[in-house]
Amino acid sequence: MAEEQKTVQTVEQSTGLSPDEENRMRERRELLQKIGSGVFASLLMSPLMATPIKEALTAPDTTQKLTSLPEVPEGQPDEDPIIRMVRDLKRALQKPMEERKWSMVIDLRKCVGCHACTVGCIAENKLPPGVVYRPVLEEEIGTFPHVARRFIPRPCMQCEEPPCTTVCPVNATWKRKDGIVEIDYDQCIGCRYCITACPYSARTFDTGHYYTEDAPSQPAGYLGSADARVYETAPNYDYGQERPRVDEQSPIGNARKCHFCVHRLEKGMLPECVVTCIGRATFFGDANDPESLVSELIPQPNVMRLKEEMGTKPKVHYLM
Amino acid sequence: MVHEKQYWKQVFWMATILAFGFGLLGFFDRMANGHLHADYGSYVPWGLWVAGYIYLIGLSAGAFLMSALVYVFRIEAFEKIGRLALLTALATLIGALLCIWFDLGHMGRAWRLVARTNFGSVMGWMAWLYGSYFVLLLFEFRFATRAELTAHHSVRTTSPLVQKLVGFDPTQPEAHPVEKDLKVLRILGSVGIPLAIAFHGSVGAIFGSVGARPYWNSGLTPIIFLVGAATSGGALLALVTAVFGIRTQREQDRRIVYLIGRLVLVLLAMDVLLEWSEMSIGLWSSLPSESESIRLVLFGHFWWVFWFVHVGFGILVPGLLLLFKPRSLTAVALAGLLITVTFISVRLNIVIPALAVPELEGLRYAFTGPGLKFDYFPSLMEWQLFLFTISLSAMVFLAGIQWLPVVDYSVENPGSEGGK
Ligand code: SF4
Ligand code: SF4
Repeated sequence: MAEEQKTVQTVEQSTGLSPDEENRMRERRELLQKIGSGVFASLLMSPLMATPIKEALTAPDTTQKLTSLPEVPEGQPDEDPIIRMVRDLKRALQKPMEERKWSMVIDLRKCVGCHACTVGCIAENKLPPGVVYRPVLEEEIGTFPHVARRFIPRPCMQCEEPPCTTVCPVNATWKRKDGIVEIDYDQCIGCRYCITACPYSARTFDTGHYYTEDAPSQPAGYLGSADARVYETAPNYDYGQERPRVDEQSPIGNARKCHFCVHRLEKGMLPECVVTCIGRATFFGDANDPESLVSELIPQPNVMRLKEEMGTKPKVHYLM
Repeated sequence: MVHEKQYWKQVFWMATILAFGFGLLGFFDRMANGHLHADYGSYVPWGLWVAGYIYLIGLSAGAFLMSALVYVFRIEAFEKIGRLALLTALATLIGALLCIWFDLGHMGRAWRLVARTNFGSVMGWMAWLYGSYFVLLLFEFRFATRAELTAHHSVRTTSPLVQKLVGFDPTQPEAHPVEKDLKVLRILGSVGIPLAIAFHGSVGAIFGSVGARPYWNSGLTPIIFLVGAATSGGALLALVTAVFGIRTQREQDRRIVYLIGRLVLVLLAMDVLLEWSEMSIGLWSSLPSESESIRLVLFGHFWWVFWFVHVGFGILVPGLLLLFKPRSLTAVALAGLLITVTFISVRLNIVIPALAVPELEGLRYAFTGPGLKFDYFPSLMEWQLFLFTISLSAMVFLAGIQWLPVVDYSVENPGSEGGK
């Protein structure tokens, strides 16, 4: 019972509004929409509509039917946290989408700055030059000889109050029911307003570059540009959709960002950055599940989130 | 005199054609290679074209507000330049829309701005506001031209096509009494004023409402945009009026330019005041998130853009010219030219510095690649395409004064019999 209450509480926190308030906001919005047919209404409506309610109303239902999930052994003493997280994942996937709250915890004390997550992500999502979902920021603290380095991996924070979605002029980006902020590549017109609106620089613009650009060509084998480009144009699976990156088609010309590897999650696999992390510094799971590893880590006193003062409520937490 | 006008027209046509030819290369590059050769990217996602768009749209809004002095407030002194102001507004609007269209990642999807509008986003409103403004401008232009033709049909030779387009029947000029058209113009103009304020204020709000960028995030931003629009639009109008709009030998005509000059001087002073307020508060607040962008403008790599281009040639020289030579046609026209041309630096200094400061420490060197950098300077292709849109605007304008009854050198005042 206590657990149930805790879960409900967390769900409420996720929208920041009680159901009553939500209803009131929705009614207010509908009324305004009726009135809002003129220039003056624009002045009034725009700020009012830029609320989280907007997302729930415009977001298409992206829930997918899950076929089979991997078998995971029961908990063992001293097991790799990856095994436990896969178990957590499986449990979460058996719940309805809106009851999940995918969250990430990154232990900065364990991160050695190897950039394996950055590279793993690039390989998994076949990211082109100029697009990066999870760079690792490096900070130098102190002066010689008392110097320390801190490494901060920075995926998309999947904010609970994402400022990037409300600015989109064509409703091409929204927060899904499980909290992942999605971009519809087929709707995005590439205006890049969302890139300017993200306080974490988590969105990048796919300008259409290839790593094999200007590379010398070779008759056969993966040495020449023609053959190597096969890999670059092979489909990626951002948001679970198969998309070859060819002929200036989307995602070229779109805003792109980390999506917690949603295509892997829905097949029962952890995000690529979690499994490639050599220091086991990245944890992932459902924060609505009190049994999950992330739920254990998030309430730690040494936890912090980036730019907390902005009120974006990131779902990526850092352990200091 | 007519000879002199012909000379200037030729000079402007030549310059426009040159710019068009040079710009065409950028256009082809953009069409063939998309954004590959642009210098903006992921960290500085907006560049010259966005700055060019707010620059041109500001000129349009400014010129339109000047036309309102004629058609809404019926200020007689400006009567002769009403159509010229409308044509200027129309030409610059076309350039602005082209500029932002080329900037989109998917130009073919621009229609979604109307079909899938998110009215919760300031940018969502833009397509609707511009659409309404464009239609309104066309109608205003039509009625203004017809009123002109009705009043002076005897003294001009207008092509039948133009007469048909504006709905003027030369055999029955009395069918469209001037007074009636002027009334319609007054209504259209009255709708246009809030519309122009709304759309250009909204352009300011696009920037002002971005909480993630402290340099933009200010309630003053939309106001600065509006005053900047009036200043630059007024300056452009002073220039085109002096060059194309009047008979330079006539003192009454010259007075129109002097008057616009004085108006521009006041607007320029207001603009400087607002700029000072915005910058000094940002600097004094000493919060690095905001002051860093301002420092970049004042002392960064492109400090000369602010001090020489903007302050020197955009404020001081034209300000002094307007202050001490208010009754010299050349001085006012030159001041207009300087303010208009250098205003692009103001727009660039709004768009770029906010983006050129990393949002997170360490991001600059975290990962590299095209577009993953904070130093932006427009590439050759960007300049070319920008020039291309400017040249198209100029062509619309020059064609307008060439073939449409926009300026009338033979008539002193509408309503009176003109000399030849
Ligand atoms: S980190 Fe940026 S892109 Fe990701 S949800 Fe938050 S605002 Fe949007
Ligand atoms: S770049 Fe795409 S997703 Fe981002 S605001 Fe523009 S249309 Fe929306």
